[in-house]
Amino acid sequence: MNSDTSTGGEAPVIDTHGLRRVFGKTVAVDGLDLTVKRGEVFGLVGPDGAGKTTVLRLLAAIMKPSAGSAIVAGHDTVQDAEAIKERIGYMAQIFSLYRDLSVQENINFFADVYGVTGEARQQRIERLLTFARLTGFRERRAGRLSGGMQKKLGLACTLIHEPDILYLDEPTTGVDPVSRREFWDILTSLHTQGVTIVVTTPYMDEAERCSRVGLMYRGRLIECDTPERIRGRIPGQVLEFLPGDRHRARTILHHVPGVSEVQSFGELLHVFVEDLASGEAAIYKALGEAGISISAMRPIEPRMEEAFISLIRRQEETGK
Amino acid sequence: MIDTPAGSAYTGLRSVCIRRFLTGERARMIPRTLAIIRKEFLHIIRDRNTLILIFLIPMIQMVLLGYAARTDIDNIAMAVLDGDHSAASRRLIQAFDATGYFDMQRYVSSEQAMTDALDRGLVRAALVIPVGYEAAVLSSTPVEVGLVVDGSDPTVANTVLAAGLQTGQAQSRAQVAATIRRGGIEVRPSIWYNPGLESVNYMIPALMGMVLQFLATLVTSLSIVRERELGTMEQIIVTPIRPIELVLGKTIPYILFSFIDLLEVLLIGTFWFGVPIKGSLLLLLGLSAMFLVGSLGIGIMISTAAHTQQEAMLLGMLTLVPSIFLSGFLFPLEAMPWLLRIISYVVPLRYMLVIVRGIVIKGVGLGPIALEVAILGVFCILILMVSALRFRKSLE
Repeated sequence: MNSDTSTGGEAPVIDTHGLRRVFGKTVAVDGLDLTVKRGEVFGLVGPDGAGKTTVLRLLAAIMKPSAGSAIVAGHDTVQDAEAIKERIGYMAQIFSLYRDLSVQENINFFADVYGVTGEARQQRIERLLTFARLTGFRERRAGRLSGGMQKKLGLACTLIHEPDILYLDEPTTGVDPVSRREFWDILTSLHTQGVTIVVTTPYMDEAERCSRVGLMYRGRLIECDTPERIRGRIPGQVLEFLPGDRHRARTILHHVPGVSEVQSFGELLHVFVEDLASGEAAIYKALGEAGISISAMRPIEPRMEEAFISLIRRQEETGK
Repeated sequence: MIDTPAGSAYTGLRSVCIRRFLTGERARMIPRTLAIIRKEFLHIIRDRNTLILIFLIPMIQMVLLGYAARTDIDNIAMAVLDGDHSAASRRLIQAFDATGYFDMQRYVSSEQAMTDALDRGLVRAALVIPVGYEAAVLSSTPVEVGLVVDGSDPTVANTVLAAGLQTGQAQSRAQVAATIRRGGIEVRPSIWYNPGLESVNYMIPALMGMVLQFLATLVTSLSIVRERELGTMEQIIVTPIRPIELVLGKTIPYILFSFIDLLEVLLIGTFWFGVPIKGSLLLLLGLSAMFLVGSLGIGIMISTAAHTQQEAMLLGMLTLVPSIFLSGFLFPLEAMPWLLRIISYVVPLRYMLVIVRGIVIKGVGLGPIALEVAILGVFCILILMVSALRFRKSLE
């Protein structure tokens, strides 16, 4: 699965073998083999309940695997959990700082906990607060911050010990678009500083910003590659149009030769065809015979979103 | 470390050992623990509910239980059926009245009226003086006076019975002494430690133990479960904080607050209820501290089992119930059936109550309560060990 050719001989920062975690009868993570190299921004995407959060928790050494092993920063997550914790930063999906403590008190607490003392301490706190654009809110209780500010404070607290590896569990969910962009700018600058980042996200535009993306589905990693290559997995090309009767059009198009896949995007349909010209003609012919109108027909550049839906659909079909 | 005669080599080795002890992981244990303590204090002083729980609850419990849990009874309403209407019968009635136990408020003229008053609960007892009482007294012939007691409430009935018999015997003795002098056996009671037999003296020290356990257990378990509920525990677990640091950091602030509670309870007990501490205050505080640590351990154990604050609250109540009923707090252990008495041996409060009552009421030193102190000590160590083992620093 790892078709990268850029491996420079350096040991991976994260390396898992057959990692598995079971909750009762539910298999949350099923035989995960994953390697992440130093300095990568690795995006973990997939539908809700795919097991992304569990993977992060296993990699953060705060949850024990049911089977398999994970080596993070050269340490085993079960044997050497505490050694790993010194090197990583982890931000949970829900806001997990103290709401009744102020911005400054929260960051002080984590500085104390990670043993950040002396001159470095004040400098680092100042830098992080500036970085997170929170200098004007020092005295504000964390519970009174906006969603975006809370996430940035969480990130600042997570970075107080300058971790080598950063795990972020849906850091931009519930955050306004402007803060979302700001947050990713921060991540990009961390990336340039050499921090390895593993981030889960439901947003495909964010997945595009990762250096490598893993698609999780029902506890399994079904695809793992760079965004370009994943986009390249789409067979043929994609036509977008607005049909008069979307549901009927979908059913009809499934049986049109040359059409490999049909996806709905709101009122629009995305149709995967082998060839643009002949595909378009086939669509007009099939829907014309059924009396369904077509408007705004245009070829589109396949995005991660189309690619993932396509990959998941194929997985579902082979799963049956 | 074994003492060796190697002098400087030994001290050199020792300083290396100390340096190694204070560097690396252990040196960071103290600041990390302090960080949690500091944070916990901020939570406490900012959360009005916790503050109320800590300071108001013991006060309310003390005042309520201090008054309500009294078993001293006086001014019991008593009916009088005086068939004699003589100077002697009036003297007897006065003697009953003078004890303070009885309120001779209702004079009835027939047995029917007396029964009616008892039936309707207007009186709890009745004194029946027969016709010819004075004549019998004057002629030194034996005479029977009736004391009818409403036995529905055994506590009241016992008091009536004891006070009634005592008054009657005293009257009888005076009567006999006035006519002849002769020998005989007389039991002269002398009541130690609590001569007034005031129940408040017995209840207040016990309350100290109970209030301490209640708060320490509840507040610690709530503070830990709250972190889990809010998701902040996940952020703590991912740091290098070790379980022992977390447990210490979480409990030390509550030990301090519980001590303030202890002082609060002592002050209310001494100045409001007028229950003096006869023994050593220092010994009392020291042993209370030990008991506190054990109670905090129970709190930690609860926190490992409970997922929500409500669950923690319920489990806290669950530990409280046997503590109230099987510790000798309200009901004497001697009166319990053997099965309950056996269970009571594993209720830590049982030993604490012997200790507190011993120090406060009897003013004893460590000697007479050594066994209880030892058992309680073992309990505390066991509870702490089990809670530390159960307290895991990972998600389930």
